[in-house]
Amino acid sequence: MAFIDYYKILGVDKKASESEIKKAYRKLARKYHPDLNPNDAIAEKKFKEINEANEVLSNPENRKKYDEYGKDWKHADEFEKAKQQQHYQQSRQQQSTGNFSDSDYSDFFESIFGNRSGRSANIRYKGQDFNAELHLTLKEVYTTHKRTLTIDGKKIGLTIPAGVKNDQVIKIAGKGGKGVNGGPNGDLYIRFIIAEHPNFKRDRNDLYTTVNIGLNLAMLGGEVVVDTFDGKVKLKVKPETQSGTKVKLKGKGFPIYKKEGHFGDLYITYKVQLPTNLSDKEKELFKELSKLRPS
Amino acid sequence: MSIENFIPIDQLCTHYKVEMSFFSHLNELGLISIKTVEKSFCVHQDQINDIEKMIRMHQELDINVEGIDTIFNLLEKINKLQLELTDIKNRLRLYENLNDFY
Repeated sequence: MAFIDYYKILGVDKKASESEIKKAYRKLARKYHPDLNPNDAIAEKKFKEINEANEVLSNPENRKKYDEYGKDWKHADEFEKAKQQQHYQQSRQQQSTGNFSDSDYSDFFESIFGNRSGRSANIRYKGQDFNAELHLTLKEVYTTHKRTLTIDGKKIGLTIPAGVKNDQVIKIAGKGGKGVNGGPNGDLYIRFIIAEHPNFKRDRNDLYTTVNIGLNLAMLGGEVVVDTFDGKVKLKVKPETQSGTKVKLKGKGFPIYKKEGHFGDLYITYKVQLPTNLSDKEKELFKELSKLRPS
Repeated sequence: MSIENFIPIDQLCTHYKVEMSFFSHLNELGLISIKTVEKSFCVHQDQINDIEKMIRMHQELDINVEGIDTIFNLLEKINKLQLELTDIKNRLRLYENLNDFY
């Protein structure tokens, strides 16, 4: 159990007055409050430390106790014995109250002051925010679908809107840790990690793909069947199509997030594949062709 | 308009121990939208998350209503910038992998 210097956390001197402590706490709380730093785990941790320091130093009785313990913390053998006895009492109290989250206060704090039921019970705290990652494929986020996630042992039904982006974070209010003393529950933040697709690349709401076409089709024109996320599409290939030619299929791209029925575009790049393993006849015909069109 | 999806302001005042003037002030600044439903002043339930956040800022951080308005505007800007950053990171990922693709 490491000693925590609450004065250092609040950035005040050990002789600081109550008003100086209050002022320092307010200033730091405004900087690190979870409402002002959404989805920031470091700020949340810092805010808890500040709160803990303030709980101790703003209360003259607690501060006196802390100052005594703090001075002798390196020689805490006797304290440890007392703590064991206190810990037994605490665990009995926790069984009866049962709604306190251990993670909100450090072990150090608990060892000196016991659980929350013994302190200012009228202060309401928002529950802990939870963070989760959800790995999906590009195909999965093409359509709106439902998922059930298990977070902290609880099942949470979630509708994933079509068009969600890679690395996008959505907040599900009230699905985080339970609030303390009637405070609101924390929120659940889900980060979506979307795997690359082997055939399609996504740029915002547009999709990009490459379609291989043979030499004959490229030279003489014709039709080619192309796979899209929406099914197969038959496309006309113009005669004399060059390798690298791009065509745009309007509205065949990716669904636009939270705009039902609206889609981006699909860009297709034709890649002309030259024939290999030519037969004697084919070689002869190419020779004929080269006489007509010397390069 | 049915009161089903609305929460009366006087209930919020009692529950959160906040003065009515706090809500009026938020309404004046356009941070919330107060409606009259069945002769009582109400807010739509969809606004409750934001309202709770505003109350926490006011009670826990001593921030006045003008400050809350400023913070909400800045948080909105941060959110937009974060979305833009996500878009740009995804575009970068696309171009970094482009050589493998073509």
